[in-house]
Amino acid sequence: MNQYPLWKNLLILGIVLTGLVLALPNIFSQDPAIEVAAVRGGHVTEATAGEIRAALEAAQVPVKRIDTLAGGKLLLRFASSGDQLHAEEVIENTLSDRYRSALTLSADLPRWVRALGLRPMNLGLDLRGGIYVLIDVDMDAALDQALERHVEDIRTQLRDAKVRYVTVGREKGRVVVKFAEVASRDAGEKVIAKEFRDLKMQTLEQDGEFLVTVAQTPAQQKQIQDFALQQNITTLRNRVNALGVAEPIIARQGDRRIVVQLPGAQDPGRLKEILGATATLEYRLVDTEHSAADAEAGRAAVGSRLYKTRDGKPVLLKRRVIATGDQITDASSGFDSQSGTPMVSVSLDAPGGRRMREMTTENVGKPMAVVFIENRTTTKQVDGKPVKRTEKVEEVISVATIREPFGRRFQTTGLDSADEAHNLALLLRSGALAAPIQIVEERTVGPSLGQDNIDKGVRSVVVGFLLVCAFMGVYYRVFGMIANLVLLANVVLLVAILSAIQATLTLPGIAGILLTVGMAVDANVLIYERIREELRNGNSVQAAIYTGYDKAMATIIDSNVTTMIAAVVLFSFGTGPVKGFAITLFFGILTSMFTAVIGSRAIVNLMYGHRRLTSLPI
Amino acid sequence: MELFKRTNIDFMYIRWPAIWLSSLINLIGIASFIFLGFNFGLDFTGGTVVEVGYAQPANLVQVRSALAEGGFKEAGVQHFGSTREVLIRLPPVAEGTGSTLGDRVIAALSTDPEVGEVKLRRVEFVGSQVGGELVEQGGLAILYTLIGILIYVAIRFEWRFAVGAVIATVHDVIVVLAVFSIFHIEFDLTALAAVLAIIGYSLNDTVVIYDRIRENFRRVRKGTVIDVVDLSINETLSRTIITHGVTMLAVLALYFLGGQVIHGFALAFLVGIVTGTYSSIYVASSSVVLLGISRADLLPTPKEGPGVDARP
Repeated sequence: MNQYPLWKNLLILGIVLTGLVLALPNIFSQDPAIEVAAVRGGHVTEATAGEIRAALEAAQVPVKRIDTLAGGKLLLRFASSGDQLHAEEVIENTLSDRYRSALTLSADLPRWVRALGLRPMNLGLDLRGGIYVLIDVDMDAALDQALERHVEDIRTQLRDAKVRYVTVGREKGRVVVKFAEVASRDAGEKVIAKEFRDLKMQTLEQDGEFLVTVAQTPAQQKQIQDFALQQNITTLRNRVNALGVAEPIIARQGDRRIVVQLPGAQDPGRLKEILGATATLEYRLVDTEHSAADAEAGRAAVGSRLYKTRDGKPVLLKRRVIATGDQITDASSGFDSQSGTPMVSVSLDAPGGRRMREMTTENVGKPMAVVFIENRTTTKQVDGKPVKRTEKVEEVISVATIREPFGRRFQTTGLDSADEAHNLALLLRSGALAAPIQIVEERTVGPSLGQDNIDKGVRSVVVGFLLVCAFMGVYYRVFGMIANLVLLANVVLLVAILSAIQATLTLPGIAGILLTVGMAVDANVLIYERIREELRNGNSVQAAIYTGYDKAMATIIDSNVTTMIAAVVLFSFGTGPVKGFAITLFFGILTSMFTAVIGSRAIVNLMYGHRRLTSLPI
Repeated sequence: MELFKRTNIDFMYIRWPAIWLSSLINLIGIASFIFLGFNFGLDFTGGTVVEVGYAQPANLVQVRSALAEGGFKEAGVQHFGSTREVLIRLPPVAEGTGSTLGDRVIAALSTDPEVGEVKLRRVEFVGSQVGGELVEQGGLAILYTLIGILIYVAIRFEWRFAVGAVIATVHDVIVVLAVFSIFHIEFDLTALAAVLAIIGYSLNDTVVIYDRIRENFRRVRKGTVIDVVDLSINETLSRTIITHGVTMLAVLALYFLGGQVIHGFALAFLVGIVTGTYSSIYVASSSVVLLGISRADLLPTPKEGPGVDARP
């Protein structure tokens, strides 16, 4: 007799039910939507929804629903992507001075589904539309910049120590310091060695000159490159956030690349402007002799300029710049060891540090300001045509009093909160890119193609699935229907796993789902053919079922492991869509083995396992 | 319903002609790689592809002239999927300028009123450096998969089976690639993914037959090696044909309904299914026979220790 113990049946039932629940969110429609947030300093209020609704009504764009999201955002849902794009245009044209909008796709889930924390599969860019950009970071330039800083530093050190040198320069990836005589070289070597303990130093004699060469160790180069990459990611993230995309992904890929994915974004030109935007910082003294109010009234003092803080307060600053953002080598937030208040510690490079020391020595007790300068490009519709305008935005992000003279390393204290310190450090660091970047790959998928891909993908899966089911039903009769049930369970479980781990579904991924259906069929066919064979060999029905499943199992595992090897290799090598295929293939094989071997056995056991039979409907 | 009851076909009887045929096909394939090369897609060559959609069927001549006016004289223009979709291909350009091409193409097309309103469907730009890396990685991926499989089959079966399986798999890869090369079908990243999946898939079939050969060597005490191999192939024939027929149904749905983007993928799989079925019989199984497998190689090694002695 073929019987599963009760616990096994319950376990299988439990797994399938869990799968059904996890896969559930996918049956709800994905609405084309627009996320609306306030621009910096503003707020989304209850009035906003009414305002937007009115604007859309005026433009005759039907909106399905407006939801309020956490974090002061609104979500406008639309029935079609045409409405969505139209609405985006309306908002861009009429409300973009106060709100920024981002195209997105949002599943229309009932409240109870959302309450359970269930989410549908993540759709890849090829299915939902959006922009994918692969950015290459110029690591040679990053290393060169680091060397250049060493050149400056060494020059300063030698000058401060009054050691006479001929030249300090950069040559073939190292710093070469030339001296006229041995004595000064030895003195110079000591000075350099004291300050740069971790650099690789070498002394040589060449053409009557005495040289000290300083090079970065491989570990340092790695560190510089990591820093440059990390810094660039931070900078790009800040810039992309300004773009207003619903769920941007900015991630490191390999040693020197950054992937930027903007689901729903439609304008690669604008993205490139933003990515290539130049933002920088300036340290300036505050003009305390003249009043900002006078300057606001148009009576600006010579040598000073009027700035505004983020909250719009006027500040009068001296025209002379003390240090700029590209001279900042590092900035990090923390707590002041004496007062325990939040602070930001900043490091400048040598020339910046020198200027800073000069200026602070002369101006102890006076306030100093940090100005954040950004070139923002905005696109506005003028007479129905998009017109691009670049404007320079200058904001004072912090004002602090100089307590004592300082140089290369200093701290800004007196910040209100740890959050503020963190943000300031981020801004200080994110001013400029640490190394030049270049876009090496770009893929933009329009929303219409994305929808097309979904439709075609789903249609081919449904048709393929029905064809397979029809064949199985005809060929294996009742057992064929069992196989079909199991195939359906396989697809449900696969979708459940993909939703649970929030894997990205791509068009090749959909193809992968269909292929796993084929693979799952194979397992069923192997078992059924085996059972038929056993029956032909004169075995009893129960013995045939038992041996059929038992013998086919080893074959199924052996034959599927090989496909899994291919899936793993695909995953580790592939990018984007191909990775999506590898994931569905991998999990599809797992679920197909589970459903075909264990799931179908359970059904067969329940239907036939407890009876004396002389034949099977197979 | 049962299409194949007990078959008794002498598969191995024509193993030599089959081997010659396979070798010939493979030689033609390799010759085609060398002389015809591949029609590599954007993923591998680098360059720019812009897909645009029109409300009405687009006139390619007008699209071409609009592009030429915009400075894109060497642009390849073709319908894609339907007459309302147009695919524009631009050759790779010097590093640094490539990423702006797509935007300029759209600009050139939208300033030309004759062709009608244009909608951007997709822009893909791949730098030639990235493309080169992908070719290299793709080759490595195929190699790693083969090595992984060789090891697995050698552990689970015997070295002759592993060698036979790899020969059969290489055969399938060559045949699929040859179809792409000879008919000059675009070979892109998804097609490569399909080739890798085929490696797994075709092997699946080979392993099923191997499994049966192993089992029969242990079970059937009479007959020559060739008899046993033939018996095994016959016993699994029904499963082989049903499985591939069914998978074929699914892939055909993909090929006809999945859209242009997935075409290369589906085609590679269609070819792979056919050649995979053939190769598991005539390449994988023949190889094992030629490599001189014998019954003794597959008998389970007698267990040592008390378990053996304790038997009555």
